[in-house]
Amino acid sequence: MSDSHAIDLKKHVRAYILVFVSLMVLTLVTVTVSRFHLPVHQAIAIALIIATVKGSLVACYFMHLISEKKLILWVMGLTVLFFIVLLWIPVATVTDRIGT
Amino acid sequence: MEIPYTVEVRPDTGLNSGKIGIWLFLASEVMLFGALFATYILLRVGAVEWPHGEHYLNIPLATLNTIVLISSSVTMVMAWASLKRDDFGKFRLYQAATVGFGGVFLVVKYFEYSAKFHHGYFPKTNTFLAIYFTMTGLHMLHVMGGMAVNAYLWGPGAKLWKTDPEHFTNRVENSGLFWHFVDLVWIFLFPVLYLL
Repeated sequence: MSDSHAIDLKKHVRAYILVFVSLMVLTLVTVTVSRFHLPVHQAIAIALIIATVKGSLVACYFMHLISEKKLILWVMGLTVLFFIVLLWIPVATVTDRIGT
Repeated sequence: MEIPYTVEVRPDTGLNSGKIGIWLFLASEVMLFGALFATYILLRVGAVEWPHGEHYLNIPLATLNTIVLISSSVTMVMAWASLKRDDFGKFRLYQAATVGFGGVFLVVKYFEYSAKFHHGYFPKTNTFLAIYFTMTGLHMLHVMGGMAVNAYLWGPGAKLWKTDPEHFTNRVENSGLFWHFVDLVWIFLFPVLYLL
């Protein structure tokens, strides 16, 4: 293994530990915020924002999406788009006011 | 017949075939869980009232399971990094820890499910419990699947390290991608089912 490769891996390992600590802290923040019993809309927004940040950290660093090839980024980008559309459909059943 | 592009990169995709395969599989998994999350939203917005998770579920146990699964993701990525450093001994340790954390997750889930059944809470009890058992049950099956592959790569599958270390490292990376996905799904399941 070359020296530059070894240094690169060391940087990776440092990033993994940093992400691990961040995930732990964010988990505790999520649980603590839920104890305040905020209004439902606020609680949902905060919990989903924190979950999205945590999920992004896992995807970017543990799954290496941050340094992945463009093809995979396109595939996953398209998947996320369809995922959002899928989640929007049931929400639209409530927000739709046509004919009322 | 030898399977091509397990290590070398395919000229058209710029990736080995295992890598593109696992990502396409994960894309289909996103849509599978997406369908269940969409179902959850549909049920919730259509319900006259929806219970807070803590009414039925044990938040401290679920928090513990979140910590366990996040820890297992770190040991998984460290197992892969150990192989990249040619340190097979450390790989074995980290991989065993990953499988072990998976086991702890399942044991905690067993206690959680047992308590629900003991109190007479079943999927048929109400809509909330129906979607709770469906989503966590499917997730649990994924944990079991990931554990089986990781245990295989820790045990008999590790023989490949001696003959083709790069191919073995790719296999560990791919099983790791699946494992991190399982962690990622839980990161969303936890607040959605338990805290909201």
